[in-house]
Amino acid sequence: MAVKEPSIKSMKHEDFKDNEYIDKLVEELNATGANVMVGKLDQLINWGISNSLWPLCFGTSCCAIEFMCLGAARYDMARFGFEVARNSPRQADYIMVQGTIVHKMAPALVRLYDQLAEPKYVIACGGCAVSGGPFKKSYCVVDGVEKIIPVDVYIPGCPPRPEAMFYGLMQLQRKIKLQKFFGGVNRQEKIQDFFRKHPSEAGEY
Amino acid sequence: MSVKDCISKICPSATFEEGDILLVNVPAEDWRKLATELKHNPELNFDVLTAVVGMDWKESLGVVYYFTATSRKWEMISVKVAVTDRENPYIYTVSDLWKVANFQEREVYDFFGIKFINHPDMRRFFLRNDWKGYPLRKDYDADPKLNPIPVDDEKNEDDTVSYVEQPDGTIKGIPGKVFKEGDYVVNVGPQHPSTHGVMRFRAAIDGEEVKKVDVVSGYIHRGIEKLCESLGYPQILHFTDRMDYMSAHQNRHCLCMCIEKAMGIVVPERAVVIRTMMDELMRISSHLLSFGCTAMDLGATTAFFYGFREREQILDIFEKTCGARMSMNYNVIGGVIADLHPDFVKDVKALLAIMPERLKEYHKVYSGNIIAKNRMVGVGHLSKEDAINYCITGPSGRGSNWSCDCRKKHPYAAYDRVEFDEVLLDGCDSYSRYMVRMKEIEQSCRILEQLVDRIPEGDIRAQVPKIVKLPAGHWYTQVEASRGTFGVYIESDGGKNPFRVHFQSPCFNLVGVMDLCCRGNMIADLITIGAALDFVIPDIDR
Repeated sequence: MAVKEPSIKSMKHEDFKDNEYIDKLVEELNATGANVMVGKLDQLINWGISNSLWPLCFGTSCCAIEFMCLGAARYDMARFGFEVARNSPRQADYIMVQGTIVHKMAPALVRLYDQLAEPKYVIACGGCAVSGGPFKKSYCVVDGVEKIIPVDVYIPGCPPRPEAMFYGLMQLQRKIKLQKFFGGVNRQEKIQDFFRKHPSEAGEY
Repeated sequence: MSVKDCISKICPSATFEEGDILLVNVPAEDWRKLATELKHNPELNFDVLTAVVGMDWKESLGVVYYFTATSRKWEMISVKVAVTDRENPYIYTVSDLWKVANFQEREVYDFFGIKFINHPDMRRFFLRNDWKGYPLRKDYDADPKLNPIPVDDEKNEDDTVSYVEQPDGTIKGIPGKVFKEGDYVVNVGPQHPSTHGVMRFRAAIDGEEVKKVDVVSGYIHRGIEKLCESLGYPQILHFTDRMDYMSAHQNRHCLCMCIEKAMGIVVPERAVVIRTMMDELMRISSHLLSFGCTAMDLGATTAFFYGFREREQILDIFEKTCGARMSMNYNVIGGVIADLHPDFVKDVKALLAIMPERLKEYHKVYSGNIIAKNRMVGVGHLSKEDAINYCITGPSGRGSNWSCDCRKKHPYAAYDRVEFDEVLLDGCDSYSRYMVRMKEIEQSCRILEQLVDRIPEGDIRAQVPKIVKLPAGHWYTQVEASRGTFGVYIESDGGKNPFRVHFQSPCFNLVGVMDLCCRGNMIADLITIGAALDFVIPDIDR
């Protein structure tokens, strides 16, 4: 069964800036192929997950205030199914890391990531989470959360505008719509791969 | 008798340096004697410890203290205490005289390794207890191999030490514990939705009653002060926007004012008024957010939407002129970076027109609510004496009836030519702190009303040399930020980069009273008290 391009309601495929990556993913998935039954099941699961993404409240600094604006009436993320911001990682689908991660916070962030139930996603939101931002040269700042946890989507900005956050979240939705639970590569294995390649970050986890 | 004469009588070895604020050099062995007199001598009577700045002058380590006498028109004085021993630097504590020094001295210990004699709890404040080295020392080894990204939790969090002077003059470290044996300790944070960021409290409880709160800070400590030392003056400005992001304009205003004071730059009148207006808009937006978040922390989500509705309108005004909703980067040395948007006056007037009506709505929705009152009235008592002793400025201090508004005490920018009242309430509880904020919105609107039609024409920026260099010396400036008095200390050695920059943030002091306010209250009140004090964590941790 052929995998279709992921579509987002009221946002055209060509309106997205980085389609190359998604197109490549579609191509890859089509090359391996899957049977119709399993493909349909995947589609159903992905439709469900991508339209009810619940974030974990994880704001350390300025980006968190913009995220609150996202939740308030003007931007209203409920339109996309992101509204239920959870305070416990066990009820959330993804962490949106909003703000600088410093050495003291790093073990806590890794623990929260571990507590998220599969399938789980990470968005690095804002300059600090992407690369350390203006504090890159500091003695105790983790320059980029990808050093400690695998990241799915990066949203640059200091802080990113709410529109940029929506764009990033939609990109995550598109990515999720191409997931394969049956036959394809399982995400859990990918994470194990990540930690095999980065033994120092894995630690005792 | 002048302060100078009085001090030289108490401590003949003291020397004086004139500057923006009088500086007293005191040998470390005489410091304790002078400190006691500064506090208790009726002729000196410096009842507020405004700032504690740790210093490394390469040949010596030390501390610069800033004191304020509230009884004498907020007269300020600074005291410099230095020690030459780099291995074991010891200075006497003043944390028993001014309670605010408790956390301040722990910060200095964390950054410089100066141990305070007789301080009850000499732990690191921001960094982990297994951190190697003292980062703000000039000879700090920043090799990332020494301090790699940790993968496990801190060990022995309960261990503390107190350096006590023995009868024979030697100093001995006496180990202790933060909590007593058998205490039931509940952990709140660092990832908790109601701590306003990544603050962590450890509360010892008896049933539901809080017995002691231990503040664990540093989960967003980004080392801004150290970063500043390697950058030029125009490059350090943007850090202030990211410290207390709800007081971005005021903080940056303060840093610009400090640099302008050092360089002797006169800011054009138009820029002065623009800065004042932006500060007040920022204050309204901050108090609106505080209103929304206080309500949300106590379970009233609806109020959050109301507060954010008007806040978006202010963010629109910022966006049109500054180009960003947050982290505006608007003030620059000598003025502001861009002229006002043509719609500015119209937009501000539109905001002022709706605010009185909206404030009534807020009070209807939330302030008079019986549940909100039950949870806030009488909770988290902080007396006026304690507010002064802990240097709780801003709306929280004024909720304890302490007149501490920097805009009135040391008028800066255009505050000396506008009329406004300093809001004072004497409830000394969470509800008063909350109400002070709501009433300050009215006063901010009043200031804006007076200025909006009187923005003078002219330049928005003074002529500033391309390469900004400050003469050798040190300066201290204060402004009234949204949450209290924000201070900037700059020491320059005459070069392009500052020798030392210290930010005295109001929230740092606010978190210092959590233990005092929470004792005897219920564990759920910890959230109420935190919400009403309204601290911003990146401002504490810097």
